[in-house]
Amino acid sequence: MKRYSVFAIAKEALNYHLGWEKAWASPAPKKEYDAIIVGAGGHGLATAYYLGKNHGITNVAIIEKGWLGGGNTGRNTTIIRSNYLQDSSAAIYEKARSLYETMSQDLNYNVMFSPRGLLMLAQTHHEIRGYQRTAHANALQGVATEWISPAKVKELVPIINIDGPRYPVLGALYQARGGTARHDAVAWGYARACSAMGMDIIQQCEVKGVKTENGVVKGVETSKGFIGTKKLGIVVAGHSGQLADMAGFRLPVEAVALQAMVSEPIKPCMDVVVMANTVHGYMSQSDKGEMVIGGGTDGFNNFTQRGSFHHIEETLRALIETFPMISRLKMLRQWGGIVDMTGDRSPLISKTPVGNCFINCGWGTGGFKAIPGSGWAMAELMAKGEPGALAEAFNMWRFKEGQFIDESVAAGVAH
Amino acid sequence: MLILECPYCGVKAEETELSPGYEAHLKRFGPGSSDTEFEDYMFARKNPKGVHFERWRHVYGCGKWFLAARCTATLEVFGTYPAQSAEPPADLQAKIKAKRPDWKGYK
Ligand SMILES: Cc1cc2nc3c(=O)[nH]c(=O)nc-3n(C[C@H](O)[C@H](O)[C@H](O)COP(=O)(O)OP(=O)(O)OC[C@H]3O[C@@H](n4cnc5c(N)ncnc54)[C@H](O)[C@@H]3O)c2cc1C
Ligand SMILES: [Zn+2]
Repeated sequence: MKRYSVFAIAKEALNYHLGWEKAWASPAPKKEYDAIIVGAGGHGLATAYYLGKNHGITNVAIIEKGWLGGGNTGRNTTIIRSNYLQDSSAAIYEKARSLYETMSQDLNYNVMFSPRGLLMLAQTHHEIRGYQRTAHANALQGVATEWISPAKVKELVPIINIDGPRYPVLGALYQARGGTARHDAVAWGYARACSAMGMDIIQQCEVKGVKTENGVVKGVETSKGFIGTKKLGIVVAGHSGQLADMAGFRLPVEAVALQAMVSEPIKPCMDVVVMANTVHGYMSQSDKGEMVIGGGTDGFNNFTQRGSFHHIEETLRALIETFPMISRLKMLRQWGGIVDMTGDRSPLISKTPVGNCFINCGWGTGGFKAIPGSGWAMAELMAKGEPGALAEAFNMWRFKEGQFIDESVAAGVAH
Repeated sequence: MLILECPYCGVKAEETELSPGYEAHLKRFGPGSSDTEFEDYMFARKNPKGVHFERWRHVYGCGKWFLAARCTATLEVFGTYPAQSAEPPADLQAKIKAKRPDWKGYK
């Protein structure tokens, strides 16, 4: 792999840019691997990357039915934060957030991590109590967040209307090092690094069956034939239930659609990320100037990557009270992704009833921020066969035990 | 846009008039059941990519709960029927089978 650098740019500028290599190879699958990851989204690619980097396992294939990063990883609104309530969540999300800080250097790929600051608005008294509690929990967990006043909110976000009338802004939970990153670049950066370690990224290859013998995984049936493996990691977000079905177990996961949209580009007007959970909308401004807006999930199972139309209006209607200036913005594009929801709205990084078969899913509406931490923990689980401290609490048996990691805020969403 | 016909009042209700209630024909487990039964009922709900049976409520209409058969992969609606049905009506099952020959049945 040729390194990207200012010298490389200068050299290529003199060379008509003919010397750039492909960022990753597209090999035909081998007969067998030490580990196969199904799903080349951020979580699958990060898992493969840390399998190589932290555990020296590089005879790895990442199998993707579409194109890499084309699932939720390429469809999300890229919010990164770690201001969660429960200790196990704070640990893995803060691990992820801290890895984002150095990801561009680590991968030699600019993922445009922008820790511009993130506010979660309190617009009801219930939220004031909730977020103050989270701020205290974060202090104990070593996650830097603070509770700020409405005046401070207005200072950070001049375009905001804090006076209501329906939902006045009563304060906010502020994480100064929260922010955004370029979603595609995260997938591409990991893919390039995996390919450079000799891993095979096999796109346009759908896994259609999981072969087991005596309860232990042996390989996968794919649209490009059978591929054997010693270990299998299932990291397919919305399709987790289907893959589990192929392997012969059930998951506490349901698939629903979540939507987002962007406006026409405008001059810079908001340099932080604002989330308004009561009215159910969140917004940031992209480098191109578009307002990036996320909404709510539909309340029914859906695999079509198309959300319900009325959510668009509901999301915008809700945001307009808080951000009156967006009322005349035209929305340019709108899209949906299929998110994998668990009962406690926390993920699974877990062994499964099938030997040498591991699952990473349930990130639902909020897993982009978790990609590096999740890959780190999943790689440890796959390499050692047992979860480390980061993954332990996220086992799939917690529902039977009643040991929930309850992050479902009042609205039942967490982006 | 999802349109379901309420089997009680016959209104072709558009999604905003309805409230979703997830999996239909659930067998509820409570005190006295095993942990696995309770977990399955409470958390491991059916999540098929294809034919699915659901509860819906005509919340801004007659207010009643009813059941619907729908395809989660295409959003096609096969039909709706009253909530007081122990299983999907035979003619609806036959209709689904005709449209989706490899459908394995509602259980
Ligand atoms: C509209 C929207 C907004 C969001 N906003 C945010 C946000 O602001 N912040 C945040 O942190 N998170 C957000 N999320 C959530 C986040 O996008 C996801 O949690 C995260 O991207 C999941 O990554 P993944 O790698 O698990 O899944 P994906 O990126 O979906 O990757 C899974 C891959 O598996 C592949 N696959 C599936 N089945 C098969 C098969 N049979 N064979 C081979 N491959 C298969 C798919 O094609 C896909 O590429 C949002 C999600 C959506 C939809
Ligand atoms: Zn009715």
